[in-house]
Amino acid sequence: MREDVESTARRTLTRSTRILGALQLDGPLVLGLALIAVYGQFVLYSASGGDWNTVVRGSIRLCIGALAMLVCAQIKPGQLRRLSPWLYLVGLVLLIIVDAIGYVGKGAQRWLDLGLFRFQPSEIMKLAVPMACAWYLRERALPPDGKTLLILAVIILVPTLLTIVQPDLGTGLLILMSGGLVVLFAGLQAWIIALLGGASVAAAWGGWYLLHDYQRQRVLTFLDPQSDPLGAGYHIIQSTIAIGSGGVTGKGYLQGTQGQLEFLPERSTDFVFAVIGEELGLLGALLLLALYLAVVARALYLASQMRDTFARLLSGCLATIFFVYVFINAGMVSGLLPVVGVPLPLVSYGGTSMVTLLAGFGMLMALHANRKLAA
Amino acid sequence: MAARGRIKDLWREQRLFEQRAITATVLIGLLAAVLVSRLHWLQVQRYDHFTDLAQGNRVRVEPLPAPRGMIYDRSGAVLAENRPAYQLELVREQVKDVEATLAELVDIGVLDPDDLDFVRRAIRSRRPFDSVPIRLRLSEEDMARFALHRHRFPGVDIRTRLARHYPQGETAVHAVGYVGALSESDLERVDREEYAGISTIGKIGVEGTFEDALRGRKGSRQIMVNAQGRPVDREAVLDEPLRTVAAKHGADLYLTLDLEVQRVAEQAVQGQRAAIIALDPRNGEVIALVSRPGFDPNSFARGLTRAEFAALNDDLDRPLFNRALRGTYPPGSTIKPVVALAGLEHGLVTPTTTRACPGWYSLPGSSHRFRDWKRSGHGSVALIEAVAQSCDIYFYALATQLGVERLQEFLGRFGLGGPTGLDVGGEKSGLLPSPAWKRSAFKRAEQQVWFPGETVIFGIGQGYMTSTPMQLAQMTAVLAMRGASHRPRLVRALRDPVTRVETPVPPAPLPTVQLRDQADWDVAVQSMVAVMQGGTASRAATGAEYSIAGKTGTAQVFSIAQNARYDESTISERLRDHAWFIAFAPVEAPRIAVVVLVENGRSGSGTAAPIARSVMDAYLLRKFPPAPGEDVDTAIADTGDGE
Repeated sequence: MREDVESTARRTLTRSTRILGALQLDGPLVLGLALIAVYGQFVLYSASGGDWNTVVRGSIRLCIGALAMLVCAQIKPGQLRRLSPWLYLVGLVLLIIVDAIGYVGKGAQRWLDLGLFRFQPSEIMKLAVPMACAWYLRERALPPDGKTLLILAVIILVPTLLTIVQPDLGTGLLILMSGGLVVLFAGLQAWIIALLGGASVAAAWGGWYLLHDYQRQRVLTFLDPQSDPLGAGYHIIQSTIAIGSGGVTGKGYLQGTQGQLEFLPERSTDFVFAVIGEELGLLGALLLLALYLAVVARALYLASQMRDTFARLLSGCLATIFFVYVFINAGMVSGLLPVVGVPLPLVSYGGTSMVTLLAGFGMLMALHANRKLAA
Repeated sequence: MAARGRIKDLWREQRLFEQRAITATVLIGLLAAVLVSRLHWLQVQRYDHFTDLAQGNRVRVEPLPAPRGMIYDRSGAVLAENRPAYQLELVREQVKDVEATLAELVDIGVLDPDDLDFVRRAIRSRRPFDSVPIRLRLSEEDMARFALHRHRFPGVDIRTRLARHYPQGETAVHAVGYVGALSESDLERVDREEYAGISTIGKIGVEGTFEDALRGRKGSRQIMVNAQGRPVDREAVLDEPLRTVAAKHGADLYLTLDLEVQRVAEQAVQGQRAAIIALDPRNGEVIALVSRPGFDPNSFARGLTRAEFAALNDDLDRPLFNRALRGTYPPGSTIKPVVALAGLEHGLVTPTTTRACPGWYSLPGSSHRFRDWKRSGHGSVALIEAVAQSCDIYFYALATQLGVERLQEFLGRFGLGGPTGLDVGGEKSGLLPSPAWKRSAFKRAEQQVWFPGETVIFGIGQGYMTSTPMQLAQMTAVLAMRGASHRPRLVRALRDPVTRVETPVPPAPLPTVQLRDQADWDVAVQSMVAVMQGGTASRAATGAEYSIAGKTGTAQVFSIAQNARYDESTISERLRDHAWFIAFAPVEAPRIAVVVLVENGRSGSGTAAPIARSVMDAYLLRKFPPAPGEDVDTAIADTGDGE
């Protein structure tokens, strides 16, 4: 009898492995992503004040993301590689169009209205830039030499700057980082890293004068939230109160006063991590963090198994940038980093980042499934 | 060029990537550790701190103002009560832009643009989390209008509050006082914490003096609020224990005032500038306290507009001025019985000592003639006749004999020259002049000398001497009780409105005025009886069913004290003498002492005495004149004789 159950379980497992294999999906990675997504929808119900509509719409978005992942997982590595420069160029053109519209309309412009949905070209760039970098590096000897680095710098910095002037500092920096990560994985020499580090400190110093007022304000309030407790500092103060008052075990699901009584702003979008901290406590936050780390670890492991440079660099970048999202969001919500509009991956409600992220993981799994092949 | 020629070393690149992946893993681990330690710091180390902050966010302590105590007259008629009223209140810290909000409230018509300055000051003077009334007594229409736009005004809400109401209107306003809007200066001298949720404070009279007893002790209630500051009823979901501390009701006050007598007194001086005080000489209870013209205290409780206040404040008849306690006038002949007593006490005269009254008096070595009010004089008069006829010459001479020091000292024993100690306070001291006073009051040496002629007119209550009606009432009470007296008081008892336990305020005896010979009191009283029987006020005593002792007086008006804005026709009226009358009754067992002052009333006997008579009739006989406007037939039927 018991053997029967065991064998049934084993058979189910083998069958699912086979299905996943056929779909070029990686079991542990999909499981990790699915757990995060389910956890996210569970929290979202509370964070939206018990609104089923939000959960339903969130789940629909999740399904679209899953579909994108599934589609991307079917792309052959060679196709993906050849697609890279074209995707990058299309993204660049769209970015310029958006900037031009924004310039004419004299206001912030981040998206193109395609009638059915709004579409952010900068979101494509989060994928297109690392793809283009990996594509370019594939033909070059590693670690990259000076000329290669110069061209990479152009590939990365042009879309970064075009995004920052929208103005969207947060996404711009993420694009910069995703490209940078590819270069780092390509084996950028330590002395250059040190040099760039020094240069970026200097640039940050000089960049201060180029920032918009609201961006400077964000930095200032990050350094001293109490200086403007009802204005820009309000978000950080309220989110740290929410997390801190959650304690180890939390106030209980749907019991977070900061979130439920709306003291916490943007509680279902960028600040949803504070709801987790408040209602589910340190344990709830650690559980989520553990799931994220598991996903990142698995993705990095898959990347390290790949034989092709393009596949390896792109996969390494996609795995690491996922953690960067998590760290920036959680760091911002807990008061470690300034407030930049970065959603918590797979949990925050709204935005198109979920689709991009899952598409990225789809590519990663496609590359892994065909790891023996040269891309 | 060398780089281009470099050959890709696939194994080396693979190892390079693995190294970098390991570095990345380590870095990720470090950053994750940073996150975890941050969470640990927030959620474990600083847990208590943030719990307090979260608690402070969602739990707001709302003050529960205590219902203000009621005020009753001696027989339980309501003088001041509380009525529910709707008002608009604003909490500053919940309003993003106060100016814009006020402007919008003006736009939708629930706020008067003229009140904006006052509202702004009121908001500024309160703490940011206090609910500040910005518009009192909303009409149904205003409430409907606000309700329609309510979503536009976070931090502004309609509240039901108990508002003070004075059902008797103007009656006894100067005794009861009123509550008015709590001003910035009020807030500086009171405990702000106690006034959270209260918008008014007792300003004068009983309301002012007994503010602490009437106000009670405020309670508090914890309420859960959302980020907009709106109370939320989520206790079922959020499971929060909320505490409520009940307010301690303010004490009810029972006054000594007799509302019916008060009304009679007020009616008697309707349209005049006058003051009346009636005391029970046996215990100092104030039966009536009138200062006319008056004003409606409800207008203050409701909140005066600046124009309304200016109209009251600038009125030439000064309705806000409490003549009974703060009006200082030369007492005139009303002090003659006491001056006569001083003569008896110091052995300068006996009841039978006569003095010739030729109609004038001169000091030795002076040709200046001090005139009697009756130019032909009174002939030869003894003490009783001198008081009864109010012979000035007799008292000129007696004052000169006594000298200013003795005169001042003796009058001082009767409570003149200082406040009587009435429990509501606010009294003026008047003035008992003396050479010492003159030295300190004047700057120039030649003005500091006390002239003998000043002593002469002091004897008939003229010159520098001034008294308030309250002081003369107290003097009359001392005469009535032959030296015994009590501190005058308006509050008879306090009552706890919940337990209904009454705490009487016991009468406070004052030191008895001691005379060498107790029989002198009878002489003085006899002289005042003579005033009513064949003396200056005999007409006012006609047909009285009880015996009355009284004294008339007139106070000369030397100049118009206030601003010179009177028009030609009223100047002469304002320069007329003030009319005084003091009296007590029944003589054998006094139950009431009355003082009447009518500004520019000319004649104590003709104007003031009949008013005192009607007050005594009302109190002693419960006989009330028909109210104005009452049906004539019933009025005749009531009085019976159809005169």
